[in-house]
Amino acid sequence: MDSKPVKYMEKTRRYYEAQGFDRAYQYAEHTSAPFTPLTKPLAECRVGLVTTASTYHRADLEPRKVDVGSTVSLPEKLFTDDLSWDKNATHTEDVNSFCPINSLRELEAQGVIGSLATQFVCAPTEYSQRATVEQDAPKILEYLRGEKVDVALLVPL
Amino acid sequence: MPSVIVGSALDIVQRCRVPRFLFVDFPLGNPCGKPWDTSMQQRIVAHGLALLGRATKPETTEYSDERWGSDDWKGAYMEVNDQNRSALQKMGEALRADRKVREPRTFD
Repeated sequence: MDSKPVKYMEKTRRYYEAQGFDRAYQYAEHTSAPFTPLTKPLAECRVGLVTTASTYHRADLEPRKVDVGSTVSLPEKLFTDDLSWDKNATHTEDVNSFCPINSLRELEAQGVIGSLATQFVCAPTEYSQRATVEQDAPKILEYLRGEKVDVALLVPL
Repeated sequence: MPSVIVGSALDIVQRCRVPRFLFVDFPLGNPCGKPWDTSMQQRIVAHGLALLGRATKPETTEYSDERWGSDDWKGAYMEVNDQNRSALQKMGEALRADRKVREPRTFD
């Protein structure tokens, strides 16, 4: 049993080295993080949900774009095949295990949150951090603000 | 806008630095709870949302108490050993030969 968190950056580097790739993946690194305090009770907040899964099958070379899906009901399936997750240890057949629309609906019914935005947002995972920061992030924020969201729950796979 | 991340890659998220992070020590793929375990999923999501109000400064990280069960997956994920080393090398060669596959690279 190993109870320590997995060192993903180190494992990934070793794995790609073993495959003969000479350039290591460049993980995003910042010197500080922004912070916006919550200014009203969670029970009055509209929650926006952001996932790295996609509503459609992304082809290998297809340009990736920010997309949205409905939160009226839990999608039967979201596309996750092109993401790096542990395909030996688990599966993504239960969408609520990574895009928790049902959990949020239940918390809405209990009054823990005010409401859930009518659409969730799909953030495309990009090799280009510049594309993520300069193109995708503003687009995601635009969707969330369009839904009058107060707080965002971000769930990367 | 206040935000919180619920995720399972502690080192990657901490390197990036984020406002609030709930670390769920599960295999990558199900950060919001084990598949089909609706009560666990709800507890994790509620914990993540609670961080929105509880955190008073950036990079606030909490660890979820939820357990996957066996931790065997931790060693097995992307494991490199003497048994698979040559297979991995061949896999890498095949990937490089297939130009459709994006290789790890430094981008802007």
